[in-house]
Amino acid sequence: MHWQGIKIEGLRKRYGEGDTAVDALKGVDMRVAPGEVVGLVGPSGSGKTTLLKCLGAVIEPTAGRMSLGEDVIYDQGWKISDLRELRRDKIGFVFQAPYLIPFLDVTDNVALLPMLAGLPNEEARKRAVELLEALDVAHRAKAMPSQLSGGEQQRVSIARALVNRPPVILADEPTAPLDSERALAVIRILNDMARRFETAVIVVTHDEKIIPTFKRIYHIRDGITYEEAGEGRGFEAAPDKFAVK
Amino acid sequence: MISLAGRDILHSWGKFVFTGVGLGLLIGVTLTMAGVYRGMVDDGKALLDNSGADLWVVQKDTLGPYAESSSLYDDVYRGILGMPGVARAANVTYLTMQVRHGETDVRSMVVGVVPGGPGEPGQPGYLIAGRQITRGHYEAVADVATKFKLGERIQIRRNIYTVVGLTRRMVSSSGDPMVFIALKDAQAAQFLKDNDAIVHQRRRTSANPTYNRPGVPGLLNSVIASQSINTSVNAVLVQILPGFTPEEVAEPIRRWKRLQVYTRAQMEDLLIRKLIATSAKQIGMFLVILAIVSAAIVAFIIYTLTLGKIREIAVLKLIGTKNRTIAGMIMQQAVGLGIIGFVVGKIAATVWAPFFPKYVLLEPVDAAWGFFALMVICVLASVLAIRAALKVDPAEAIGG
Repeated sequence: MHWQGIKIEGLRKRYGEGDTAVDALKGVDMRVAPGEVVGLVGPSGSGKTTLLKCLGAVIEPTAGRMSLGEDVIYDQGWKISDLRELRRDKIGFVFQAPYLIPFLDVTDNVALLPMLAGLPNEEARKRAVELLEALDVAHRAKAMPSQLSGGEQQRVSIARALVNRPPVILADEPTAPLDSERALAVIRILNDMARRFETAVIVVTHDEKIIPTFKRIYHIRDGITYEEAGEGRGFEAAPDKFAVK
Repeated sequence: MISLAGRDILHSWGKFVFTGVGLGLLIGVTLTMAGVYRGMVDDGKALLDNSGADLWVVQKDTLGPYAESSSLYDDVYRGILGMPGVARAANVTYLTMQVRHGETDVRSMVVGVVPGGPGEPGQPGYLIAGRQITRGHYEAVADVATKFKLGERIQIRRNIYTVVGLTRRMVSSSGDPMVFIALKDAQAAQFLKDNDAIVHQRRRTSANPTYNRPGVPGLLNSVIASQSINTSVNAVLVQILPGFTPEEVAEPIRRWKRLQVYTRAQMEDLLIRKLIATSAKQIGMFLVILAIVSAAIVAFIIYTLTLGKIREIAVLKLIGTKNRTIAGMIMQQAVGLGIIGFVVGKIAATVWAPFFPKYVLLEPVDAAWGFFALMVICVLASVLAIRAALKVDPAEAIGG
């Protein structure tokens, strides 16, 4: 039986050649199940961002194997011809800063992805509004990004990551600019959405506040990952006002 | 799919509108330059139309009377009247000078015509006020662009003239308004000297033993009298009889009178190809420079706007936006900027054209070509920004 989430085996990435070559990833192994949220923790320079870029199909690994569900996307070379389409349809991104498109309102920021995938505008907007309702920001649907608070912007960026129902979400320090309450709320949302949409979520973080919320954590150090069971207890402490409807 | 370019323009409309207004003023100048050229051509054609002539008879081997000076004896027209196919012939003189009007000078082309009615060659074709010149001396008909009023008195050289009629669109090829006076006055004005110069000339002539011979009474007076008379005109304007072609009439005059004769088509060619050719080149150079400056401005603005959106472009690329979509967005913005600029430029040129001292003719066809050229410039100018955008690595959105 195939593993349905993300599966990474022996992933390596080398920058440069010869004496100046740097091995950023030295054999990463990871598995994240659908509906699961795992933490990826490590000090600066440990290879977190490189791993995220490889997973996000924006840089090519040097060796190893990656698969999303039943699809092998990398095995000593890309197995997908159109990486842009792969990123659009199979991977959702949540960044440290929300990076919403400043000239689109909240609905169109979220609806842009399905529109790019060819969905009619009205249908894409309907799907976006449904997600915004689920994330409790539907009341700001017509607002411009500059009119939103940091927490609202991050929820909109999560909606954007989810809108094409990708099997994987890569979140790069999504709680860094937020206070404890809002950070926990974002992680709660990611957990809830992961369960609801059967999405595998990898959260790269330094944030001590949210590390205890993960049930499974991958530590990365010098380009090698080590798996560890997390405490998975953060949500009980989170206030009800951040509960996802 | 929504229009990313349109949304961006709407979002930062102030930036686009103000930039578009700046570009528009430049385009307005460009359209006006083209209008100045068209105005010069139209002035030249108006000059020919309003002269009422079918043929221009001028001094042999000259391009007169507009492109070069030409001098004919004022009795030449009598011989021309006898040539086959000639209906009417009239002398005419042209003299560009400052006409004194109160405390100010008005640069005008003073035209000497034989007093007569409308339809005579050289006469102003129509009047908008007053009457034609009927007396032999000291009456004038002026183009309204001179700002002279009926009954006003103007000074040409030492003589005072009364404005008895006003006409319109009677200008020289360089756009100076015309003032019509009687031919004899115009001939005198061309060579009229001040009193001191006349006294000095008479003294010099009296001192010359060739003219002041003791045994030849009356010779000195005759010579002095001939020095103060001008028997030259610049051209003879000819109207031909129905049934004759201009060339049929022109050829015998050239052959038998040993004079240069130009038809309407030849004269138009002379005016446009020779008289205003340098000005046209000058304007053409301006148009080229303005086009380059417009392109540089559009390129710079679009490039700067694009660099300001590098992070958004990286995110768009990361989430799967096609390069074509991003290039289209930038190109549409450049074109949008061009459209704003064109609208502003066309309005600006239309508003300020009447205030120019010379005639500015804004032709729709020039505006259409201008719009087309601007769109091409905008598309080319966006290439630099598109190149920068396509180089953006989607990995920049992830950071690290």
